[in-house]
Amino acid sequence: MTPRPFYRHIALTLASVACLAGTPALAQQKLIAESSEIAFVSRQMGVPVEGRFKKFDAQVAFDPARPATSKVAFTVDTGSATLGVRETDAELPKAVWFNVPKFPQATFASSAIKAVGAGQYEVAGKLGIKGMTQDVVVPVTLTQTGATTTAAGSFVIKRLAFKIGENEWADTSMVADEVQVKFKLVLAGVSKL
Amino acid sequence: MNAMALVHKARIQFFCPYSMNPNITQRPARYAATAMALHWGLGLAIVAMLGMGWYMTGLPFSPQRLKLYNWHKWAGMAVLALSVLRMAWRLIKKPPALPADMQSAMPRWQQWLHHGAHHLMYALFFIVPLLGWAYSSAAGFPIVFLGLVQLPDFVPVSPALADALKPWHGLAAYALAVLVLLHVAAALKHHFIDRDGLMARMLPGRG
Repeated sequence: MTPRPFYRHIALTLASVACLAGTPALAQQKLIAESSEIAFVSRQMGVPVEGRFKKFDAQVAFDPARPATSKVAFTVDTGSATLGVRETDAELPKAVWFNVPKFPQATFASSAIKAVGAGQYEVAGKLGIKGMTQDVVVPVTLTQTGATTTAAGSFVIKRLAFKIGENEWADTSMVADEVQVKFKLVLAGVSKL
Repeated sequence: MNAMALVHKARIQFFCPYSMNPNITQRPARYAATAMALHWGLGLAIVAMLGMGWYMTGLPFSPQRLKLYNWHKWAGMAVLALSVLRMAWRLIKKPPALPADMQSAMPRWQQWLHHGAHHLMYALFFIVPLLGWAYSSAAGFPIVFLGLVQLPDFVPVSPALADALKPWHGLAAYALAVLVLLHVAAALKHHFIDRDGLMARMLPGRG
């Protein structure tokens, strides 16, 4: 008679293989950067000034059927920030703003994803900019057209929590503390919602 | 003549120069109080704006410069709005005509310059702030009056358009500055050289 642990071992192996067969090809999910956008709106003495990051990437392992085990991460080149005004853009990489030489990337890594409605999700995670980390909860809306999935949403961050705009620029009557971050990420390889 | 009499004579000469000019027999009629208020008020505001614009563009990138730029835009919009009122007043209530003898005392080129300079100044009262507003909009900075009321952009946000517009607000402002100097010089010339009482038209007083 064969020992019971052996049958258990076979059963577990067969179960794992079955799981893998049912799992969508998560490794093939990727960001279509050319169609995507990460923008931000700051307010300077009441004037809304919009900027965006030209260079960013995302690592996505999202399964609509299992949001809880899904993961989303992205990295943004802080040196790619632009407000569309040459003179202001030349200031952004400096130490009092993004300090690009020391902190060339801003990062986001999800810790929990929760479905809150049809195509609506809440992504909780850690946002890291300029060496500072903050917990954020980002509402995301997913829409699918053909083979691509678009993840869009916006959230507000407080720039001073990340030391963006230091010394004389820490004055929030000049540049407001609240900055709205808007994103539209086009992804390929996400299975049907 | 003693000191008191000298002071008295100087005062009369300053305030009533036409009485010192035997060729001028009529007292030029004065502008209405509203026109005077708009003239001096906007005159001072425009001179201040020209100075502010000239100073602020020389500042380095800083919160101070951001503040001045925004104040300049708010003031510019206020000047634009008041200029609309001024224009409306000018069209509703025509200013007093130059007295016939003063008119004939002015050579043709001077009359041409008199009317031309004033018309050009009126045009620039609108062109200068409109160019500034357009440039700000095109550069992606809508004007938010007093930081509260966002004004519409009447041009699209476009770096190319912003680059094209950029020099023109300043150039038009310099043109206005030249006209302001010409205007002041002409007024003083009429007052101290011609002694025809022209400046009294724009000053409150008796008669």
